[in-house]
Amino acid sequence: MSSPSKILRKVRLASFLERLIQERQVFAPVREGEVILIREIESPSQVVLEYPNAKESPKSVLFPQRETLFWYRAEKGKAEVDIPRDKEQGRVLFGIRPCDARGLLLLDKVFGGDCRDPYYVGKRANTVVVSLGCDDPNPSCFCLSMGGGPCSKEGSDLFLLDVGDRYVAEGVNEKSAALLADETFEKLDEETAALAEKVKRASGASMHPVVLKEKLVEQLERLFNDPVWKDLTESCLGCGICTYLCPTCHCFDLCDEAAGTTGERIRVWDSCQFPLFTQQASGFNPRPTVKERFRQRIMHKFSYLPETQTMPGCVGCGRCVTECPVNLDIREVVTSLSKGNAR
Amino acid sequence: MENPYVPFLMRIEEIIVETEDENIKTFELSFVGKADEERFVYTPGQFAEISVFGKGEAPFGMASTPTRPGRLAFSVSKIGVVTGELHRMEKGDVVGVRGPLGNGYPLESFKTKSLVLVGGGFGFSTLRSLTNFILHDSSRKDYGHLTVIYGARRPGLLLYKRDLEHWRERADLQLHLTVDKGENGWQGHVGFVPDVTRAVAPNPRNAYAVVCGPPAMIHFTLPVLKELGFGDENIFLSLEMRMKCGIGKCGRCNVGSKYICRDGPVFSQQELSRLTTEAHMQEGCTGHGARCTEKHR
Repeated sequence: MSSPSKILRKVRLASFLERLIQERQVFAPVREGEVILIREIESPSQVVLEYPNAKESPKSVLFPQRETLFWYRAEKGKAEVDIPRDKEQGRVLFGIRPCDARGLLLLDKVFGGDCRDPYYVGKRANTVVVSLGCDDPNPSCFCLSMGGGPCSKEGSDLFLLDVGDRYVAEGVNEKSAALLADETFEKLDEETAALAEKVKRASGASMHPVVLKEKLVEQLERLFNDPVWKDLTESCLGCGICTYLCPTCHCFDLCDEAAGTTGERIRVWDSCQFPLFTQQASGFNPRPTVKERFRQRIMHKFSYLPETQTMPGCVGCGRCVTECPVNLDIREVVTSLSKGNAR
Repeated sequence: MENPYVPFLMRIEEIIVETEDENIKTFELSFVGKADEERFVYTPGQFAEISVFGKGEAPFGMASTPTRPGRLAFSVSKIGVVTGELHRMEKGDVVGVRGPLGNGYPLESFKTKSLVLVGGGFGFSTLRSLTNFILHDSSRKDYGHLTVIYGARRPGLLLYKRDLEHWRERADLQLHLTVDKGENGWQGHVGFVPDVTRAVAPNPRNAYAVVCGPPAMIHFTLPVLKELGFGDENIFLSLEMRMKCGIGKCGRCNVGSKYICRDGPVFSQQELSRLTTEAHMQEGCTGHGARCTEKHR
């Protein structure tokens, strides 16, 4: 059930956030040096809402780069395990972009499902996602090509749209109700509603689909053994920045950090772009070069995930496009492959 | 909510040195918590992640049979960090065990059918589990003719010698042991597993073949089975990829649209032929040993 839309005046934003911070952990875009990052905030004055997108995706709020799964104590002949308890305090992920909110849908599918990941699912259930529509997308953005859009509400609980001196706030589901109940929110008038529609139309029109993908799955299957992958990855360094920044990439490693007889089992991000990811103890590696690892990334995102999770592992945020040190552009790769361009 | 990352605690009850080079040991474990024992319901072909606290985890197929409750057995080849530490452990020490994981062998399909189990080297552990399961009084009547073909490079590398002695005495099992190279005192067959398979495999009508072993063995056994008339849907293999989470999330063992840990590790040859060609590379590496999946130091 969606709540009716309301108005949040920009002049009242600080007081609203102030109250939120009293009750919950609030994560929002802040400026750190030259870049915008999603961080837990202590004061509304830290929040920057006029920004193209954060340098890193917000996935770390729900899926931290390093997370303790349990602590252990192991001595001769005995061992015990202690699991961290969830924080009772609720969280708000405030002001993230619609592509990143959609990215959470994929993480929900991966970490939810038949065998639920209690660490992710616990935090997710406790988090209200407030996304902010894009009125000025980056040149590297291609959300429309991936089934989203600059004003997509998928993955958010409360959707904000900047219409000048105010935001229009649309409740997407019941998780937004507690926030919308705050005194800051005013009734939506017709004039503002019309303005919001205009902004939405304009932002959609400012983007064009750039990635052809009609026959992508078919072509990927056909091209699996084609030498084209070698050509595509000639310049790839295998640095993994694409997977690090990606809002949907979720591969991880489990390892122990020991200090004497005690220690912890931790989960850390990992990447299919690294050679050790699949290297076996025998020395055998099914993906020995950059070519196979890059192919795995593309196949996983555009063939396997659409089949198993009904959505691609890409929301078109464009981070991998802007941050790749050798300008490997996933849009060009996918376009070329979907046209069936073999070597 | 169940936490799939937290292991059960298990105590080492017995350590059996399996091979003459002492590189493979079988660890017999019992549950520290009685309630955990009841929660660990498994079938042959499934696997578990063994934790050595402070070193990490590695996956191993259960070498024990669920028809013998209270104990789990894992055969461990010493090769990496976790297995190296396991080999230093002693009776009474406590490890973590997370599982059961994976799908296991399709026991329902196997019922009433003839079975030929083809194993080589270290990949034999889950076939031992399957054999002992079928041979148990409570299940033997459900299955047909049972042929077990098991090969090793040398006699001293054959695992589970106590079981082999016992199986040899059973009239309801055809056991064919073979070694690549005989040694003093070896009275048995000398030759390669695919050749033995060609000679002794049952009629493929109403029969299933299960293959688990090193790359070369599988590579040469599959064509033999095909030649004998076994259809792809009647040949099962247990695959191996480097694994971590064991529950289809961490991404490591993803091949095609499958996760080896969650959708496998047991697949029919028919299922594999539908996966990308990458899957066929994996055929070479089966048997859930840390040999393949554990990371080097």
